[in-house]
Parts: sequence; C-alpha cells; structure tokens
Amino acid sequence: MTGMPVTLLSAALFGLGLYGTLTRRDLVAVLACVEIMLGAASLQLVAFARAANALGNGEALALVLVVLAAAEAAVGLGLVLATVKRTGKSRVEELTEVSG
Amino acid sequence: MTALAAQPWLAVAVPLAVALLVVVAGRALGAGVAWLAMVAPASLLATGIALLGGPHSGNALSIPWLVQGDTSIRVGVLGDGLAALMLVVVGVVALMVMMFSIGYMADDPGYTRYFALLALFSAAMAGLVLAADLVALLVAWELVGACSYLLIGFWYRKPSAAAAAIKAFLVTHVGDAGMLLGIALFFVATGDVSLAGLRSAPAALGTGLTTVVALLLLLGAIGKSAQFPLHFWLPDAMEGPTPVSALIHAATMVAAGVFLIARLEPLFQASATASGVVLAVGAFTALMAATIAIAQSDIKKVLAYSTISQLGFMFAALGVGAWQAAIFHLVTHASFKALLFLGAGSVIHGTGSQELSDMGGLAKKMPLTAVTWIAGALALAGIPPLAGFFSKDVVVAAVLRGSPLAGLTLLLASLLTAFYIARATRLAFFGTYRGVAHPHESRWMMTGPLTVLAVGAVFLGAAGPAIERLLLTEPEPIELGVAVVAVLLAVAGGVFAWWRYAGGPVPAEAAPVGLWAALKGGYGYDGAIRRWVVRPVMAFAGGAYELGDRATVDGAAEGIGRLARRLGGLLALLQNGDAQWYAALIGAATVLLVAAALWAGR
Repeated sequence: MTGMPVTLLSAALFGLGLYGTLTRRDLVAVLACVEIMLGAASLQLVAFARAANALGNGEALALVLVVLAAAEAAVGLGLVLATVKRTGKSRVEELTEVSG
Repeated sequence: MTALAAQPWLAVAVPLAVALLVVVAGRALGAGVAWLAMVAPASLLATGIALLGGPHSGNALSIPWLVQGDTSIRVGVLGDGLAALMLVVVGVVALMVMMFSIGYMADDPGYTRYFALLALFSAAMAGLVLAADLVALLVAWELVGACSYLLIGFWYRKPSAAAAAIKAFLVTHVGDAGMLLGIALFFVATGDVSLAGLRSAPAALGTGLTTVVALLLLLGAIGKSAQFPLHFWLPDAMEGPTPVSALIHAATMVAAGVFLIARLEPLFQASATASGVVLAVGAFTALMAATIAIAQSDIKKVLAYSTISQLGFMFAALGVGAWQAAIFHLVTHASFKALLFLGAGSVIHGTGSQELSDMGGLAKKMPLTAVTWIAGALALAGIPPLAGFFSKDVVVAAVLRGSPLAGLTLLLASLLTAFYIARATRLAFFGTYRGVAHPHESRWMMTGPLTVLAVGAVFLGAAGPAIERLLLTEPEPIELGVAVVAVLLAVAGGVFAWWRYAGGPVPAEAAPVGLWAALKGGYGYDGAIRRWVVRPVMAFAGGAYELGDRATVDGAAEGIGRLARRLGGLLALLQNGDAQWYAALIGAATVLLVAAALWAGR
C-alpha cells in the first residue's frame, strides 16, 4: 500500500476540517473548515489515482474539484455576507431561526 | 261493516293516517281539527261493532316479519270477541274524551298537538288489542306508553309535568324490560310468538319455564296497570290534562295489563305460582291504594288511587282464573271511571282548582256534572243496580271461591272505596262553596260526553251476561250472599263518610299527623323508592360515568393525544436551530450508515 501515508494525511485533514466545521462559531471560520475537508478530498483523489496507476483521471477530477471549491467559496462567502447584511449576525449560535 | 270485520287492521291504519293528517292539516283547519281527529276513535268503534257481529273465532291476518334465514316472526291481527269488546270500549271512551276536550282544551296553544296525540293513541291502542302475537303487541304496547309519556308531559314547560312524564315512562319500562325478556325467552323456547299457539305452549315449556315466562310478562302488566310495586307513577301522571287521565290513565291504557293477562290466560292457568302472584299483587294493591285514596285532598289523586285499587280488583280476578269477570269489570270501570275523571275535569274547569277544600256546594252550580258524577260514584261504590255492582260482584264472588283471604281483602277494599268516593262527593258537591272562583256549569260539549258515559255507568251491568257469552263463557247468576254483604259494606262506608264530612273538610286533615299523614303520603313509598332505588342507581351511574367514561374512554383518548405531544416535545429538542448540531447529526448518521453498509456487505 504505497498511498497509505497520504491517505492518513487526508483523513487527518478531513477530521480536522469536520471538527472545525462542527465547533467553530464564526461563519467564515466554518466556511474555511469546509474548504479544508474539500482539500482533503482532493488530496485523496490524487493519491488514489496514483495508487491505481490511472494517472490523468484523478488529476482531472482534482482540478474540477479545485474549480468547484473556488465557486463554492464564492457562493458561501456571498451567503455569509448577505446573512450578515440582513441580520447583522455572523455567529452560528445566533442563527437559530428554524429551532423547533 | 262486513268489510271492516274482514279487515280489522283498518282500525289501526285509519287512526294512524288521521294522526298524520291532523299534524299536516292542523294549522289550516284550526279548531275544526278536533272533528277530524274524532274519525280515529270512530273507526275503532265501527270495527269493534263489526267484529261483534262477525265470527269470533278470529280471522287472523298473518305476515312474516324480521325474517332471519328460516326463522321469522309472524305478525298479524286477531279480531276475536275480546278484541272486539276492547275496541268498542276504547272507541267509545276516546270519542267521548275527544268531544269533552274540544271544550276543555279550547284555549290551549297545543290544541293540534293534543288531538294528533289522541288519534295516535287510538291507533296504538287498536294495535294492542288486535295484535295476534306478542311482538306486535309489544310494539303497540310501547307506542301507547310513548303516547302516555307525551300526554302526561303535555304541558312540558311545567317542571312537575315534565318530571311526571319521565317518571311514568321509566317506571313502566322497568316492567316492560321484564316483558321483553319474557317474550324473548318464550320465543327461544317455543320458536313461536303467536297468541294462537299459546294454548300448547305450557306443555312445550315445562312448568318451571312457564312460570318464569309468565312472571316476566306479568312484570310488564304490573308496570302498565300501576300495580304494587310499580304503582307509584300513576298518581303523578295526573299532571297531564284531565281528559287524558280519563282516557289513558283510567279507562284504556292502564287496563292494558289486565287485557294482557287475559290474553295470556293459558300461560297463567298452567302455572299456579304465577297465578298466585297475580292474585296476591291484585288483592294487596286493591286494599293499599284504597287506603291511600281516602286521605287525598286533590280530587284527581283520589281518582288516581281509586283506579289503582280497581285495577287491583281486576288482577285479583285474573289471579283466580276468572278473566272474563276481570274483563267485565274492566268494561264497566272504563265507563264509570272515565265519567268520574271527566266530571272532575268539568269541576276543575269550573272552579280552577283541584283541591277538594276549594270546592263544596257545586251540585247547585253545576247540576248536570253533579248528577252524572253521583251516577259514577254510586257505580264505583258498587250500589245496585248500577254497572259497578254487577261487575264487582262477579269479581269478588270469583275471588272468594278461589281464595277466601283475598276475597275478604277485596270486601274491605270495597268498604274503603265507598268511603273515599262518598267523601269526595260530599266535599265537592255538597255543603257550601269554599273557593274564590265563580263556578259555572260547563258547555254541552263537555256535559254531553258526561251524560253518555253516565248512561253506561248506570246500565252496563245489564250487559254482563252478553259480555261473558262473547268471551266464550257461561254467565253466572249473582251470588246473593256476596252481593248483600258487599252492598251493606259499601253503604256503611258511604254513610260514615257522609256523616263525617257533613260540615265540610275536617280541619285535622289539613295538617295531617300519624296514620293520616302516612296515608296521604302514600306510605312514603315515593321517598323510599328515591332513597333505596333512585339514589343508589344515580350513585352507580355517577361512578360508572367517572370510571367508565371519564377515566377509561376519555382517559384513553386524551392520553393518546398527550403521548403524541410528549413525543413531539422530545423530538423537538433535536431541532434546536443550530446548523452545526444538524451537521454533526448528518456526520454521525453517515458514519453509522457507511459502517452498516460495510458490515452488511462484508
């Protein structure tokens, strides 16, 4: 298993991102953590492609993901900005309008 | 006439149609509606007369009803001599009562309703006497009960009238429940409910079951005829209009119990126990009600207890198997008691009061009412040669032969009968007037029926042999010994009352103490019933309501609702609006699902 160290790194990054997403209270920080998880996924794609000797496909997919991540970040930040403008709140615990 | 004899069911159908027509056309016809309603009893009378002339063997119509597979109940009409006689009695009394009511009820806002109910009652009563089987009889039996309820509560805005109506309905239905059970048991045991098959029934049933069935059916008769221990609804039933009391609660419906037992005679003949109970109930009621009647201050209450007492005489006769004598007494009683009630109605109409203490000296002011009343009173007391003398003599003689003790009880009751009716007569019609109104003789519409019924009360005794022959038995000669004793007792009771009340009401009776108070209050029977029956039943019903309805049914329904709310509340805790909490759940769920998928696909 040549890709094992990279996979472990990717898993660690993903866990870090997930932890941050679930615990950070600032919207922008949460968004950043989501980006970390996405990065972990990209890394894993490249690692798997390499391990499977299928060079090209994995990298192409990773590139698409990078573009997607950029778009996601733009949309996400746009949403955060709009939310802050509308409500004046930028912290997760303040945005509980759908509470049951 | 012959057409009517062949189709006796018309006596039910025509009054029913008339009742409907009265309801529909009542407003348009105005006061004339009474004449339309009178077609109903007239059709009973016509059918009865037609049947009297026809064959008495009974030309039964019979149609299957309530068919269940190969079991069915055959309902039909049976126009035999007894039915014909009852039709004539009911027809005549109902006609007279309706005519009387035209005057008596003239200003009542419920005029149309009143006559519609009387027409409906005629139909129901015709159905009762013509029924050829127990099921049809029960249906009609309940229908007369319903009419009775509606007419007792005729002035339903008066709380006492509404309460009396409910009381009458409930008390009679205690008996009717027994009757229903009796009919069901009879049907289960024999597979037949026709009166024609009754003669062979005791053999099929066996002695024990015959007694049970007879006693259950007797319960219905006791309720309807206001015999002890279900007698206490009848005095309250006097809340209804007086002509209704005359028709339903004196002459016809309350006599239906006597009619029923006469119809079921083979059943009671076969069971000495059941006959004994009938005799005991009848004799006891006759005496008990007579003692209560002597202390009543309300003229209608006197007559009500008198009716209970007289029905007791008939029951006693039924108990010794002399059902023809009972029916003979039923016929004469219908005549003179309806007369007395209508007379009381005329007096109440004239004086505006029912209390004997508000009357007095009415013979001068209402001569025709007084004369007819006295004819009725003498008939009730059993003074020869009036009708009551003959029928009571037959009854007492038959009972004396069967059971000397019961016979002596009836003789004692006869003495009291003469006393109370002489007391009422003395207080109402003689002496000086003590009331505040200006009594006046009633119009001919009211005195006319009084006269007709008075003729019956005077002369019906002569019809005794004819009636007994109609009921397929040989008439018996007057028993001179019994007759002399009975008449002497009656005269003694009457003269004593006449002497005692010569100076108007006895002051001590106004504030009664001791025995007189007990008599006036009907021995406190109402109170005892309230204490020992009504209250426990109400307590039980209250408990059943709390436990069965509130706790169990409502509890279950409300509990399910509360459970749903609780669960919802618990689930709502999950949805706290925190996006990160949701994300954590999604993450955990994903891990769990992937783990499960991996484990399953291993």
